[in-house]
This record gives sequence, structure tokens and C-alpha cells, in this order.
Amino acid sequence: MTIQNKVSRRNFIKVSGITGAALTLGLYTPTKGAELEVLKTDMAKNLGVELNAWISIDTAGKVTIMNHRAEMGQGAFQTVPQMIAEELEVDLDQVNIVFGIGNEKKYGSQITGGSSTVRSAYKHLLRMGASAREMLIQAAAKKWNVDSATCYAEKGNVIHKPSNKKFHYGELVEEASKLEMPKTVALKKIEDYKILRKPVHRQDTPLKTNGTAIFGMDKKLPGMLYAVIERNPRFVGKVKSFDDTETKKMPGVKHVFKVSVDVFSTKREGVAIVADSFWNALQGRKALKVEWDDTGFDHHSTEQLYAKMNDALKTKEGISYRTKGDAASALSKSSKKVEAVYETPYESHSCMEPLNCTADVKEDSAEIWGPIQAPGWIQDDLVKVLGMPKEKIIVNMTFLGGGFGRKAFFDYTQEAALISREIKGPVQVIWTREDDTLLGPFRPGMVYQCAGGLDEGGRISSYKFKMAGQNMDHQWPGASKDSYNGSTTEGFLESYFDSIPHFSFSDLPLDSPIPVMWWRSVYSSTNGFAYESFMDELATAAEKDPLEFRRQHLGEERYQLLINKLEEVSGWKSRKKNEGFGVAITECFSSIVGEVVKVSKKPDGKVKIDKVWAVMDCGWYVNPDIIRAQVEGSIIMALGAATKHATHFKDGKAVEKNFDTYKMVRITETPEIEVHIMDNDEKAGGVGEPGLPPFTPALTNAIFDLTGKRIRTLPFNLEEV
Amino acid sequence: MASIKLKINDKNYTVDVDPKMPLLWAIRDIVGLTGTKYGCGIAQCGACTVHLEGNPVRSCSIPAMAANNKNITTIEGLSADNSHPVQQAWIQEQVPQCGYCQSGQIMAATALLKKNPNPTDKDIDTAMQGHICRCGTYPRIRKAIKTASQLMGQKASVK
Repeated sequence: MTIQNKVSRRNFIKVSGITGAALTLGLYTPTKGAELEVLKTDMAKNLGVELNAWISIDTAGKVTIMNHRAEMGQGAFQTVPQMIAEELEVDLDQVNIVFGIGNEKKYGSQITGGSSTVRSAYKHLLRMGASAREMLIQAAAKKWNVDSATCYAEKGNVIHKPSNKKFHYGELVEEASKLEMPKTVALKKIEDYKILRKPVHRQDTPLKTNGTAIFGMDKKLPGMLYAVIERNPRFVGKVKSFDDTETKKMPGVKHVFKVSVDVFSTKREGVAIVADSFWNALQGRKALKVEWDDTGFDHHSTEQLYAKMNDALKTKEGISYRTKGDAASALSKSSKKVEAVYETPYESHSCMEPLNCTADVKEDSAEIWGPIQAPGWIQDDLVKVLGMPKEKIIVNMTFLGGGFGRKAFFDYTQEAALISREIKGPVQVIWTREDDTLLGPFRPGMVYQCAGGLDEGGRISSYKFKMAGQNMDHQWPGASKDSYNGSTTEGFLESYFDSIPHFSFSDLPLDSPIPVMWWRSVYSSTNGFAYESFMDELATAAEKDPLEFRRQHLGEERYQLLINKLEEVSGWKSRKKNEGFGVAITECFSSIVGEVVKVSKKPDGKVKIDKVWAVMDCGWYVNPDIIRAQVEGSIIMALGAATKHATHFKDGKAVEKNFDTYKMVRITETPEIEVHIMDNDEKAGGVGEPGLPPFTPALTNAIFDLTGKRIRTLPFNLEEV
Repeated sequence: MASIKLKINDKNYTVDVDPKMPLLWAIRDIVGLTGTKYGCGIAQCGACTVHLEGNPVRSCSIPAMAANNKNITTIEGLSADNSHPVQQAWIQEQVPQCGYCQSGQIMAATALLKKNPNPTDKDIDTAMQGHICRCGTYPRIRKAIKTASQLMGQKASVK
């Protein structure tokens, strides 16, 4: 293993010939042939002179841009470099892209969640590109002894305009690295962008079409063993005893021992089987006999969980989160009153790459490789667990075969570290698909109780929203269980808070040993169904067109423009009698997305989805094709949770184990999807998740439009509507 | 343990493994070609698809022994430089998101196009329905197979 600062000084000087003074900047040696290697693997090395945390250029002019965020399909591997390359004035095909290791001092937050990669850092990243460009221009001007204002940068070169003299960046980087980073720098105007806001191809695509992209499970270390773990399927149950007599007789099995891993504030116990191959470890696991201790906690079933939530909603008001006026009194005075209860299921993340992690823990240092969304959290966790300082714990992000929130948690990384420490060598822990589906953490199941009143003009006069379900934040050690973080309103459109005169939002957290975690678009993924189904029910009660009803309540221009676009692209006004149209609009992670679904009946009378139109307003954006891909994918993932799969519980354990029972959307069930992007310069919003919440209510609203049947419980079978 | 001869991407390997070990794990962990992926282990998702004597198979559910002395093609064998028309089409249509299932998708699409160079929408759906993509790249897979079909047609007409 080589990390940046371990590159020897002697080797560095020999290869790059840069002076010792520059070494303090943290320099790497350019080595020939390493290009493809760094592109596809997880470890940055030998990249040239570092101009800032994201940009290194070698003396031959090769530019390397760090991607400090997880790449789990959402396109960070492309969007981070695309922003930097625009301001740096290089083409993306001139650039090496490398995963940065976990280092929040250097990169800021690397937790890839909340659709935050662009929106949390885009101005900073643009400035990083622009500052480096300015430093290179300054260096060139100095070499030519000309005014830097007469020079400009283009395609990795600085050009002196009057004389047309040219230096490539490699000839300037040594000089540039000695300059101070400019305090202020002008960013380019949108109309001057060459690659930003253009559908440029993703640089990770070729690695994913020829098998060379390295995912977590593809990481191999010399002498590495493989581990599987038989874990207590009741989440918090314990290992009472185990008999490994037969296991130890199996070929290749090297170690069998108990492991106990932190899952929020509880422990998950199991028995690890370590062998010379995954297959042999798995055979050893089959031969293992474990007796569990499952006393002292509730063995919930799905029915019990939902009965508890429904009871709480009937008898309690809950923790109030956000209120305006007096919703209860306004409700009693309203001319029309609507009430409804909606239920959404527990879900598994079911990333295509099952959880896995590779660890090499030594006496005084540790290194981790894996499909990882939150390297900083893993470092913090391992500081506690291994008792080592943070800088001794290196966390490498490989490509992730899906993440969706699951791989931001750090139970699977702790397991790998504990096993490696125990066996004193490198190990890869692999979860089977069954482990991955059975053990969570899951998206929490929710029950929503909505009540709303209309005034005589058919406008919303009162809105009361209560939700019951497990609260993700309440699981952490020491968490206060009587406060709330505002997730009750996630997904609700900001403009409604202005237009609705009286409202209240409250939450009734459910206590259960089932672990729960962010699932693509988090609470919005389920809140959106309740909000936008209920908005439709209010529109129906008001005897208004559902799109028009929303338009009346969403005053701000940005929402009006989105509604206009949605109306136009979907042909909402010209819809025919035998077609069902449904609309839903939600807002999360600073982006607003509206979707229209069109359904009709097949000759056999069953409902089919004909088309989905989506309009995404994510403000300032990077790559329209990645946005389209993310919205398409979000819609298909939502379709699965709406109509295909759910996790049920029986006797304290999850029921669905694999794709034969946790059924995924297939290509045959995929509708035509058309995505539009609002072109504006508002603050950048998220892209990876906000397309998901509006799909399901748009679908069920369309089904109501076609059949008069209101679907309030998910999932439902489209074949049986 | 059994000594098994595998001919993968025109290269010969002899592996000494449990004869029941699925071909997938022999390819990944013993031979060391990691482009073929583990997704479900029960032939439900298609991530492990390779060609055995030219036919697409689920390597997670075939014992390595069953491939003894047979020709196997994995994603690495399609082309390393992405020159195969299906790979080209996948790049042109920007299909992959996380990319984990795509080796299997590409191998299935390649097998489809070999048998049926001009598949209809229905042919595509039928051939690809055994392959799960959690990222939801299905609309682009449909497009890319059409594009690949065109690219292959062009190539054939040039010849």
C-alpha cells in the first residue's frame, strides 16, 4: 500500500525533478503506466504536483482530479471533476479521476447522503478549479514576463494572447504550486460554460462496461481470507452457545469465533467463519450450529407494529414539530372536512452489491476498503473500537454497487475490522444476499393520519398531519426520544407553509428493536405518498382539477413555472376519457420535482402504466444526462416500493430473504419515462433522491382518476387494482 | 477437491476446488477475474451471467465441474478496450449508474444479439427480464440494445 505522503522524497525528486521547497505542498511522483491503475482502483498515488486538495498536475501535463465523494451510481465520480475541470479549463478526457481517501480535514464532509455532493460544495469546488487556473496563468505570465491579464487558459494550456505563445500546465505547475492561492477569484458565467450543464459522458462508464471497475468485493489483498457471519436474525438477540465441531472439519476453514458489533445503541451478535475462500467459508457456516438467546425484547410481527402505530395515532397527539395558527379549531370550522390514513411498508435497500468490507488491521494501524458512503464516520467508529488515533485508520472508497443510504452505516465495516484484528491478517467479509435482505437497517414502515379542511372557496383552511413510525435519530446512543428533527415535514412543498393558514405536523415515534436507516430520499420517500395522495383527496373534495388545485396553493413563481411545464409536457389538458392522469409534486434536499403518470386499462381490464413525465427543478446543475438518469432510476425504485416489494416481520425476524420473495421491478414492468429539467440559476439542489417521492402518489392519483379507487396502503399489486 | 480445466476468454486455467463450488466463485476468487458479479446466488438477478459455449448462463448456480473443459466468456473477454458493439452502445447511451449489474446485462444483451440481430422491444424485454438493475437503468438498456443492433448491422455491411 502506498499513500500520498509515504512516497519517498528521493523517488519523487528523481522522477519529477521538482525542488524540495515544493515538497511541503504534498507532492506525488508521476510514474508511467499508473494511469489506468489509478482510474480504476481506490488508491491515489504518483499524481504530480498538488495545487490544492482536488487538483494535481504532473510535469507532463496530466491532470488528476480527486473525487472525494462516494460513487454509488449517482454520478459523483463525474460531477465533482466536471465542476473542477470547467473552471480549470481542461477537457474531462484529459483528466485522471481518483477517489480520495477519507480525510475530512482536507475535503470537508465526505458523507455521501442527502443528495449533497453538488449542493453542499459546488461553489467551493468551482473556486478550487478557478484558483488553480489563476495560479497557472500567473506562473505563465511570470515566465514570459507579461501582464497576466493578457493570458488565458484553454484545454490544459496557458496562452499569451498577443504573441500566441503557449505553455501546457505541466510546464507551469512547479512554479504555480509556489504561489499563494488567490483570495478571490472570478467564476465563469453560465453562458460561458463549455462542459458544465452539458450531457458529457461519464468517465466511469468505460470501466463499468469491460469489468475493470473495482467494487468492494473486487478488492484482493495478498494473503487475504474470506469471512461470513451467522448473525442473530432477531437483530438484538444474543449468541447463547455454538458448536463448530463440523465447521472446523470443513476444507479451508481457518477460524470460528463469536463477533459482537455495534448497531446504533445495541449489539448484533453472531459467529464468524473465516476460510480461504468465500465458498469454503459458506460451507463452514452451513455446518455450524448456533443456539440463540432471544429473551428480553419484543419479537414483533408486521401486524403488531402497524397496530401499535395506528393505536398511537388514534389516542395521542405526538411530538409537535411545526405549527401555524390553530389547525384543530380551524378544522372544526371548515366547510368541508377530509380525513385519511396512509400506510407504507418497511423496505430493504437491496443494493445489487451485497454488503462487504475488506480490512487489514495491524498492531498500530488499520486500513479499510469497501463500498462506503461515509468514510469519516467509519474512522470515528474505528477510533473507538480499535483504540487507534484517526490518522492511523485509512478508509478507502471503492466503487459502490448501489448505496441508497445503507452503505452510510458502519456495522459491516466494524465487523471486518474486528475479524481482521482477531485473525491478525487481511480479511474480506461478505454478506450473502440473504444476510443483506434479512438484517437491515430497513426503511421504517410508517402510518400517516391526515386531516384537512376546505373553506367555501375550496381552498385549504386547515391541515393536520400526524405520522407514526420508527425514528432513525432515536436509535443512536444517548439520543433524546422526546425531541424531533423535523423529518415529519420532509417532502412537503415550502410554498404550502405560506398558503395554508392553519397547520400542525407531529410525530409519534415507535419503539422497536428493528434497526432502521436512510433509504433513498429518506422520510420523503414515504411522506410524499401521504402528502400528495391527501392533496389529491382535498382537490377531489374541493371539486377541482388536481393540477389546478396545487397551482392555487403554490404561489411562488418557481412552483408556478414547474406546474406550467408539467402541464405542457404531459398534455394534461388534452387528456382523454379512457386515460387516468395523476400528478404529484414534492420537495426535498432543495430540489422540487413534479411528476405526472398516465395509466389506462389493458384489454383484460387490468391497469397499466403508459407513461411518466417528470420535471426536475434542482436549480444550478452540472450534467443534464446524469439528472435524467437519476430521475429515471428514482422512478423505477419508487415503482418497486409501491407495487413490488416490502419487508415483513414475523416473530421478530424479517421474512423476505432474497429476490424470489423480495421481488424487484423488471425491465418488462418499466414504463416509458420522459424527464425535463428546469433551466434556472437558483441555488443547486440534490439530484440523486428528489425524483423518487412524487412517483408513487402520482401513480395512485392516476389510478383514482381512471378507476375511482383510492389506494392508501403500499405496496399494492398493479395486477389486482 | 477436484482438478477442473476452465477455458476462460481463450485462456486455459486449471483450478483445484470443491467440485460443487459454483463457477462464479471459481472465476472470481480462484482465477481472479472480478468483472463477473455476485448478486443473489439463486439465479434470480443475472449479475453473474457469463457465456458457456456461447450461451448465457448464471454462473452462481452452475458447479465449476459442469464447465470442465468448456469455453467460457466473461465480460473481460468481450473486449478490454470496449470495442465490442454492445460495449460501444452501452457507452453511447450512458447506461450504467452504479454499474454492478452491467457485466451481466451486457453478456445477456450480447447473447441476444448473436441469436437475434434485430430484436423487437418485446424480444428485448423477454431476453432481459431475468436481470435486475436496482438503479433502474432499464430504459437505457432497451435503447442501448437497439443501438448495438444498428452498430452491428453497420459493421456487417462494411464487411
